[in-house]
This record gives sequence, C-alpha cells and structure tokens, in this order.
Amino acid sequence: MSSTDISINEDVHHAHEEHDHHHDQNFFEKYIFSQDHKTIGKQFLITGIFWAFVGGFLSILFRLQLGWPEATFTFLEPILGGWIENGKLNPEFYLALVTMHGTIMVFFVLTAGLSGTFFNFLIPLQIGARDMASGFMNMLSYWFFFLASVILFTSLFLETGPAAGGWTVYPPLSALPEALAGSGSGMTLWLIAMALFIVSQLLGGVNYITTVINLRTKGMSMTKMPLTIWAFFLTAILGLLAFPVLFSAALLLIFDRSFGTSFFLSDIYIGGQALAHSGGSPILFQHLFWFLGHPEVYIVIMPAFGIVSEVITTNSRKPIFGYRAMIGSLMGIALLSFVVWAHHMFVSGMNPFLGSVFMFLTLIIAVPSAVKVFNWLATLWRANIRFTSAMMFAIGFVSLFISGGLTGIILGNSSLDIQLHDTYFVVAHFHLVMGAAAFFGMFCGVYHWFPKMFGRMMDEKLGFVHFWLTFVSVYLVFMPMHYLGIAGFPRRYYTWTGFEAFNVFTDMNTFISIAAILGFSAQFIFLFNFVYSIFKGRRATANPWHANTLEWTTPVLPGHGNWPGEIPAVYRWPYDYSKPGAAEDFIPQTVPFSETQSSNLPQEKDFE
Amino acid sequence: MITFAIGLSVVLLLVILFLLFRIGTLASIFRGSTQRAAGTTKTSNRVNSTLLLLFLIGGGAAFAWSFASAWDTMNQPLASVHGAWTDSLFWTTMIIIGIVFVITQILLFTYSYKYQHKDNKRAYYYPHNNKLEIVWTMIPAVVMAILVFAGWKTWTKITSAAPEDAMVVEVMGKQFNWMVRYPGADGELGVANVNLIDAVNEFGVDFSDKNAMDDFMPRELHVPKGRPVLLKIRSRDVIHSVFMPHFRLKMDAVPGMPTKFWFVPTKSTEDMRNETGNPEFNYELACTEVCGRGHFAMRFMVVVDEPEDYERWLAEQPAFIEQNPDLLAKFSSKTEDQLVLEHKAEKKAEEVKTEL
Repeated sequence: MSSTDISINEDVHHAHEEHDHHHDQNFFEKYIFSQDHKTIGKQFLITGIFWAFVGGFLSILFRLQLGWPEATFTFLEPILGGWIENGKLNPEFYLALVTMHGTIMVFFVLTAGLSGTFFNFLIPLQIGARDMASGFMNMLSYWFFFLASVILFTSLFLETGPAAGGWTVYPPLSALPEALAGSGSGMTLWLIAMALFIVSQLLGGVNYITTVINLRTKGMSMTKMPLTIWAFFLTAILGLLAFPVLFSAALLLIFDRSFGTSFFLSDIYIGGQALAHSGGSPILFQHLFWFLGHPEVYIVIMPAFGIVSEVITTNSRKPIFGYRAMIGSLMGIALLSFVVWAHHMFVSGMNPFLGSVFMFLTLIIAVPSAVKVFNWLATLWRANIRFTSAMMFAIGFVSLFISGGLTGIILGNSSLDIQLHDTYFVVAHFHLVMGAAAFFGMFCGVYHWFPKMFGRMMDEKLGFVHFWLTFVSVYLVFMPMHYLGIAGFPRRYYTWTGFEAFNVFTDMNTFISIAAILGFSAQFIFLFNFVYSIFKGRRATANPWHANTLEWTTPVLPGHGNWPGEIPAVYRWPYDYSKPGAAEDFIPQTVPFSETQSSNLPQEKDFE
Repeated sequence: MITFAIGLSVVLLLVILFLLFRIGTLASIFRGSTQRAAGTTKTSNRVNSTLLLLFLIGGGAAFAWSFASAWDTMNQPLASVHGAWTDSLFWTTMIIIGIVFVITQILLFTYSYKYQHKDNKRAYYYPHNNKLEIVWTMIPAVVMAILVFAGWKTWTKITSAAPEDAMVVEVMGKQFNWMVRYPGADGELGVANVNLIDAVNEFGVDFSDKNAMDDFMPRELHVPKGRPVLLKIRSRDVIHSVFMPHFRLKMDAVPGMPTKFWFVPTKSTEDMRNETGNPEFNYELACTEVCGRGHFAMRFMVVVDEPEDYERWLAEQPAFIEQNPDLLAKFSSKTEDQLVLEHKAEKKAEEVKTEL
C-alpha cells in the first residue's frame, strides 16, 4: 500500500478516537446529513424501498387495466381522481404509469436503491477502510438523489400528468407537448430529476472507485477482494463512463424542447402546423440513450452478481468455483456492455450492416454470462447448503437469471428481433433477467447484511414465506408473457381488444394480473419483517453466517470508523470455506496462514 | 357498512397473522433452534429444499402444460417468404436454449436439494478447475458462433435491396392512424414535403410534381400475393412502427428519416380464411412504438389479393388529385425550375439519411 493510504487511515482513525471520547454528534449529523457510509447506505436502502413500493403500486394499476380491460375502475377514483374518466383509466395516464414504473424501477430502485445501499455499506467494510474516500461527496450523492426523488415524485401529481413517453423517452414524442400531455411539465421535471440523479451517480461513482483503489487494508490485494467488491468496482466504472452520455442526451433534449434547436427533430407536422425544426435525427437520441441504457442494465445486474456470489459461497460452505473466471467474466461483461447498445435498435431504421455487427457483439455476452451460471452451479455441487432467507433468494436469482438470460439469445439475433421487438417477449425477457433477478439480488443482500446494518436478525420464517410467494408469482407473471410476445402482443398497449390478431389470451392477461397482485402483496411481508426486525428482531452476533469477509470482524453494530482498534490486516482470499484440515468450516480473511498449519495447501506453507 | 366490515376483517386477519408470527418465534426459541447457526435448522432446511425440488417438478410440469395449450394461439399464421426463415430460426434457437434451460434448472434445484445442510457433513473444497472453465467457455462460444452465422445470413437476405420489380407502397404513420399511398400507373411516388400538409393533403404531396398526379391513397393496404412489395415507411409527427404480425414484418416510421422493408406475401386473405377456418380473418397492421394516447388503436387493414384481383383493384382506384382538384390551385404558381431543384435536394437528403 502507498504511504498516502496509510496516512489517510491514521487520520480517520484519529478522528474516530476523538469520537469515542465525545459522543457529540447531534441527530442531524448522525441520521440526516451523515457522512458515515453505513448511514448513507441505509438512507439509500430506505429511499429505495419506498420507491420500490411506489413503482410496484403503479404496475398493479396498469395490470388492473390489462387484466380487466372491460371493467370499470370507479373504486380507484379516491386515489387517481380525474385520471379515471367515467370509470375508465385515461389512456395517456396508462402510458404515464408504464413510463414512471420503468423510470422508478430502473433508476431509482435498482440503480440507486441497490448500488447506493450496498456499495456504500459494504465497500469500506469489506476492504477494511474507516469510511469512503470522501464522506462529504458521499453525503452529497445521497442528497442529490433525494432531490431527484422529490422532483420525480412531485411530477406524479401534475395536472398534465408525469412523463408518459416510455422510460426511454424517445423524441419527438417526449419533446412535443402537442403530441402527449405528459411531455409538457411532466417531462421537464423528469429531465431535471434525471440530471440530478446523474450528478448523484457520478459523485457516488468517483467515490466508490477511489475507495476501492486507495483504501484497501494491509494485505487486501485486488485478488483477495471478495467478488462483491469486484462487481461493485466494475459497476461503478460502468456508471461513471455511461451516465455522462445520458446527461448529454438529456441536455440536448432540453435544448430541443425549450430553446428551439433541432438535434432530434425534423419534418414534423403536429397540432395543425408544420414545425420549424429541421435536420435533426430521432435515431441520434436512441444511440445516445442506449449508449447509457445498455450498460445501465448491467449496472443493475452486476451488483446482484456480486452479492449472489458472496451469499452462495457463504451458505454453500464452499469456496466460489473459479474465482478468477468470475472476475474475468465480470470484466468481459463490463467491456462488452459498451459495444452492444444498438441491439435495441435493430428495426429503428438504422443501417442493416450495423445490425449484423451488433448481433455478433451481443451474442458474445452470452459466453461470460454462461460461465457465471456454470460457476454458481459448480459451487453448489457437493456443498453443505444452509438455507437462509438470503440463500433462498440467491438460488432464486440464479434460476431467474437463467430463464431470462436465455431469451436474450433470441432477442439479440436481429432477424428474430424483427417479429419480437417491442412485444411482450421483450417485457418478459428483461423483467426476468434484470428486473426480478436484480430484485432478488437486492433481497438477498438485505437479508444477508441486515444483521450488520441494524445489529438484529430478520425473521427467517417470514423470509421464507416472502421468498416463496415472490418466486412463484414472478414466474407466474413473466412465463406466460413469453406466449403473448410470441403471438406479437405489442408493449405499452392500453388494451389489445381492437385487434383480431391480439384479442386472444384475455384469460391469460387476467391470470398474469392476479399473479402480479399476489407478488406485490407478498412484499408487505418483507416490509413488515424489515421494519419489525429493526426494532424487535433477534439480536445478532458479530458473525451470524460464519462468513470469512472483513465486515464480520467488526463489532455487532460497528460505530463510526468501523473497527474500534486497528484495522485488521488480510492474509488470505475470502473463500476458505470447508478447507480440509481446518477446525471450523470457515477461516476468516484475517487469520494468517501461520495459525492454520493443519489446513494449509502445499503452496501456502511459507505464507505469512 | 360493507366497507367497515371489510376493513374490520382485514384488520382481524392481520392481527391473526401477527399472532401466528409471534407464536412461531416463541416456539422456535423454546425448541432451541435459535441457538444453532443460522440456516442449519433441520426442519426449515428440509422444508425449503423439498419445496425447491417440488418447484422444479411442479413448475416444470405447469410450464410444459401451459406451453402446449397456448401453442396454437401463440403461433400467428404465417404469410410471408422471409417469415418462414425467421420462424424456423426462432424455433431452432428455442430448442437450443430450451435444452440449456432444462439442464441448468434441473442441476440448480437438484443440487440445492441433494446438498442441503447435514450436521455431520463437510462441503467439498473445490476452488477451481481450469479445464472445466475452458470447456464451458468454448461450448457456448461455438453455439453462439453458429447462431450468429445463421442470424446474419437471414438478416442479410431480409434487409437486402428490394428486387427491381417490387411493387412500391408508401406507409405513413401519424397520430393516430396509418395512411398509405400508391404511386399509380407510372410506378413513381410524387415528392412530398411536410410544409405542404393540410387537412386535405395529409401526406403533404407536392402536386406540381408530375409523378404525383396519379398517386392515390386508399383506405386499406392491398398487396398482391406472390410478388415482392416494398414498403416505404415514414412518419409525419412522432415515431411509429409498422408491425404486420402475420408477415413477421416490423420497421419504425421515423419523422425526417424514411425507412423501408420489403417482403413477399405468400397467402391471400382468402387463402388464410380457408386455412384458419375463420371466415372473418383479416390481416392487420399495428403500431409498436409508443406514440401517444391512441397508440393501441392504430389498426389498419391489410388485404392480400390474388394477382389478377389486385390488378382489377388497382384499376378501380381514382387518383387523389382527381378527387380533390381544388388542391391544384395551390401549386400552379411554382415554376418548373424550382421543382427540379427541390426534387434533387429531396432525393439527396433521403440518401444521406438512410445511410445513418
């Protein structure tokens, strides 16, 4: 480690000792404008859970419409007010629901809620640091996110409705209030919220990367880092490179909307007149958007890869199979995620030659993804599995990732995408592979690290009930959607009854909606378990899962600075589970080889 | 009153659930299972691992059954040449991923069941095996290479230039309906310009262009069976997408950037009515790019005629300008020179944009 690093550690340590003497943090410093990474992580988590319920509730609203297109929804009037017209849901508000569901889930829950929580909470704890490299930037990152949240939430209550042009906000639809009411103030607020959100992501990203590179404890070389940290590190790099491109797209869209430029607009006749915009290209926006958008889906799923790898290996009581292959595949996925964006645009009218190139690059991603799945399976082989709630969600994650990932091979093929693009096949695919799967990764992480966050355990039995209801309903919702998609049902349709080709499968849609309501209701079990356990859960021990990683060497409730004494040094990789010859079936990273002569492998005999 | 009763019963239900939860917690403390390491409790491990296995069997059976019973409905009847290629590639790929799906899911759930925690057992320390890693990197790589090749061949054929003799139709999307324009007897579509659009001339056709004089805009899209048809697609407001599910055809309609898609219909509407046994059967054109309030209602009728019926239908269609002669007055002032210039500029712009 460099000398700067050591001096930083001493610095922080000093601050910590001071803190021991004076407990003088007031409520605001401790819980609101906190610079402690653990508190910031919890802030992200709680905001994320709030958003998840909002986003889930919106999906239930539009599932009601899709499941029972002929029904009257007067009972929703107390909530939706004027958006229910004569008992019918307003079609534009339907689009707004779909749009906000997507935006909230992708950005506010699965990016900020997932990354924000676990990156902040785990990076310093697992690499052995007192805190993030910059606690202040970290705090700013949360509060920019909070501001973005407030603005986006406000937009839900506008008279013209929130943004409604799909979460991808393709112009011209999103640029012209004449085309769609939600493209007025709703879209303005969406863009402002997104801009602030990106600022938050960048502040966080710089911090995560710096912390991982500079603040690792003694002995924590890159090849001794847990896979969680590897996944978080690579995800942070993706975010740092991709989000600025979305920022530029948003900025150009703001110019087109408000200052009369024509980046994305051309040859448009709307509202009874031809617009002056000329020479712009709507396809340009799609390129810019998906240049972020595709890495974004990996930003969502890669932290879940890391969390799941960690939980599977801990609860299998076995080292992760192919640690280096796991890192390699993460790197491969991270790299490839930047060169596949146009597979979202096969039928957008772009040059078909590009279609061939992007098909080739896209299908390559299947290889590292397959390697990950095989390695997880190999880790389970001849394991001694402890079925904790977190482990259940990890197994569920692998199952969902397989089911959803495989259909990506079909959608990544440009000639098959012709028929399936923008149908329910796509909806089913990405909800399984990055929606539900990332949620499972998040649940997995919450159940696993809850004891470290709050010093208490979540109730395991409720966790199992929550898992089973969620797991079953996810499959019941999304498996049948493949059938709708193969039949060509287009997405974002208010109802399909107008088409002879699509007016079949009404029962199937009702079925899907019922399953969705079941799945959403099951989340209240989680909410209860979460809130109840914070205050009344069983007290946790310092290392309840018998895990090897550094965070479990801290006290039950780590204070500011994480370790009361010196930061422990690291001697071994984090996956020495069930090592032959060892007394216990786990050897924490802080145990030197000199103390474990009986279990050392031949090449480890001379290690410290 | 009823609301109150419902509310009360919900509250009671929640109270009961809460009590059950408390009893469960207390019972587990009493049994001493809280003293054991998390996840090593016998009962809950046995229950969960058995449920995982049951989920594999039950879920697999339910999936197989529902797939089989939805089979007929999910396969839209097919009516184009390239559709046969993509359909067969689709189901071939489905079989390949189906095999992987079945194997990996079976391994996942049976391993979970088989290797559940036992007190007297230790996991097998097996951190890596490079040979295995290479094998399971190479196999997917080879399979992907084959799929990429097959996909690329099909894609290149589908997106190749339309044959010379292809019948040209313009399809234009607008909020919220589709409109089509035929080039008439000369086979050339007249120039159009967004600034010329008004309530009557919805395409913005420039009627000082000679090619436009015989253009006509019917209310249905008619195409002849067995002949290549080139759709020239554009939009005049927001992005729409032409989707004809029976022809496996989809292409975005983009304002300012004309797109195209050509296909060969293989079955007339009449053929399809006989095949499906549905005398009401009609081909349809739908929009698949979200475009606003009426997105879900942009239905347009598509009719595939036998070639001779198609010729008869063509002959019956009056030119648009003959039906709306008043429009011509607007265009009389333009000189021929201006026209030629505009025409050139338009063509150039089109070429550049489609290269994007």
